[in-house]
Amino acid sequence: MNTQSGATLGSPPGSNEIPAAALPPTPTRPMYWSIRRELWENRSIYIVPLVVAGVVLLAFLIATIGRAIVIVDPAQKAAVLAERNHFAAAVMMAAAFIVGIFYCLDALYGERRDRSILFWKSLPVSDLTTVLSKASIPLVILPLVTFVVVVAMQLVMLLLRSAALLMSGLSAATPLSLEQPVILLYSLVVLALWHAPLYAWLLLVSSWARRAVFLWAMLPPVVISVFEKVAFNTSYFQSMINYRLTGFAREAFAGGGHGSIDSLTQLTPGNFLSAPGLWIGLAFAAAFLLAATRMRRYREPI
Amino acid sequence: MPCIEAHGLRKAYGATVALDGIDLSVEEGHILGLIGPNGAGKTTALNAILGLAPYQGELKVLGRDPWTERDQLMRDVCFIADVAVLPRWLRVSQALDYVAGVHPRFDRAKAEAFLAKTAIKRASKVRELSKGMVTQLHLALVMAIDARLLVLDEPTLGLDILYRKQFYDSLLNDYYDRSRTIVVTTHQVEEVQHILTDLMFINHGRIVLDCSMEEFESRYLEVMVNPEHVPAARALKPMHERQVFGRSILLFDRADRRELAALGEVRTPNIADLFVAVMGNQPGTPQGVAV
Repeated sequence: MNTQSGATLGSPPGSNEIPAAALPPTPTRPMYWSIRRELWENRSIYIVPLVVAGVVLLAFLIATIGRAIVIVDPAQKAAVLAERNHFAAAVMMAAAFIVGIFYCLDALYGERRDRSILFWKSLPVSDLTTVLSKASIPLVILPLVTFVVVVAMQLVMLLLRSAALLMSGLSAATPLSLEQPVILLYSLVVLALWHAPLYAWLLLVSSWARRAVFLWAMLPPVVISVFEKVAFNTSYFQSMINYRLTGFAREAFAGGGHGSIDSLTQLTPGNFLSAPGLWIGLAFAAAFLLAATRMRRYREPI
Repeated sequence: MPCIEAHGLRKAYGATVALDGIDLSVEEGHILGLIGPNGAGKTTALNAILGLAPYQGELKVLGRDPWTERDQLMRDVCFIADVAVLPRWLRVSQALDYVAGVHPRFDRAKAEAFLAKTAIKRASKVRELSKGMVTQLHLALVMAIDARLLVLDEPTLGLDILYRKQFYDSLLNDYYDRSRTIVVTTHQVEEVQHILTDLMFINHGRIVLDCSMEEFESRYLEVMVNPEHVPAARALKPMHERQVFGRSILLFDRADRRELAALGEVRTPNIADLFVAVMGNQPGTPQGVAV
């Protein structure tokens, strides 16, 4: 694809311009840089998990360490410090979920609103790469960030517990089992796969809507649910939506995910992978993402 | 192979026809000025050429179909739409990193060298830069790309005269090497007149005039007619007449230079005056339309 230098014969004298053919193309990594780009623009992807982790640690400091310090009885003290903080990981996942939702609502809408889509489109990055890089934020990046932050948070908690125990002359806290990070990773993968169609739907609406992305995203499910209720007095669609939001619990965990998950035996990956709901959801996610790719090609700045 | 080749290029928004089946051929190495009033179809044509909007008709840019092969095409095409498209949150250093990371023909050292001549700091965000600096940044990015076609849509809109002058100077001195093709639309016609090799007027989605600058210079003549010669000059059927400081200036298409010289001072008109003359002869265009 090089211009032959025959065309440059008429260059003005003294021009030290290197002919186009002399420059070899440099290797590129469009997907990597597109994801970097998303992190530059949306710093909430890592700031929100960090802030939430800070708040959880503060609460832990007050509720557990603070409480343990004022207790005099060593056995009771040890019992308080041995309490596990199941809610911590759950809070972090909820935070990542909310960040993912808001990220997707703006992802393909914001670039049209500020007209920067014209700049992005003037570079050799395909619409598919762009849409996939944006989809990877809630599906890959946020789960990874959550994993790292939660593990770090639990390590800090362990250190604080141990410090409190040692200061009271008791033996240090038992180290974290390796099961916990595995359970966490499994939960994050399950959530990402299960909610993929939800994020993909939001990306599609974000690529299409001219304003009020959130309302447009909510409108079809609400209208269909209300219509079904009024016309047939049934609520299949509503229960389908509920299943899509929370169904992962009963498909991926023994006992429907109620109570705390402490052991690998409570994980049911076989059941999860054979649930039709997972694969139907992923098929929808792929369709929504392809539609968003196509939409990005057609849509002009707002 | 022409750089841009279009046949029957057409685009309608509902009932409004933005491009009414234009034919276009831009050879490699040419600098084409696309001139027209607002809403004439310039941006629509450029959007089609860049693969940013769907169209009807046949269009090939560097041998590719821009609509289906935009990402491939953009390896060889650069584009500055108007000053507002760089995202406001982007840092200068990030812009360099990103373009270097996705563009196979981006020469980072060249962009850095260009930026070094400006007051732009690496750590600044686009929102902290003045309008002129944003354009300089965009130009630095674009000029460091070894592209074959550069498309400029109102690149200097809203800039002060210093930045505008600098913009075109850099473009000609540091970028254009006669193997590259440039298509530019602008309202500041007088600033591009001396750099163009080809000229195209577009109005109501149609091409009204399409000629090379050499043709333009030999074909159109403007005469500041001495008062006593006005009736004689009018008899030669000028395409346009205007009054400046009480003197008549008549514009002729394909007139005999010696014959005109007898009537007054003969010179090449500027594009803006020809534009007014050509558009004035078009039905449905108000006289004195903004150029």
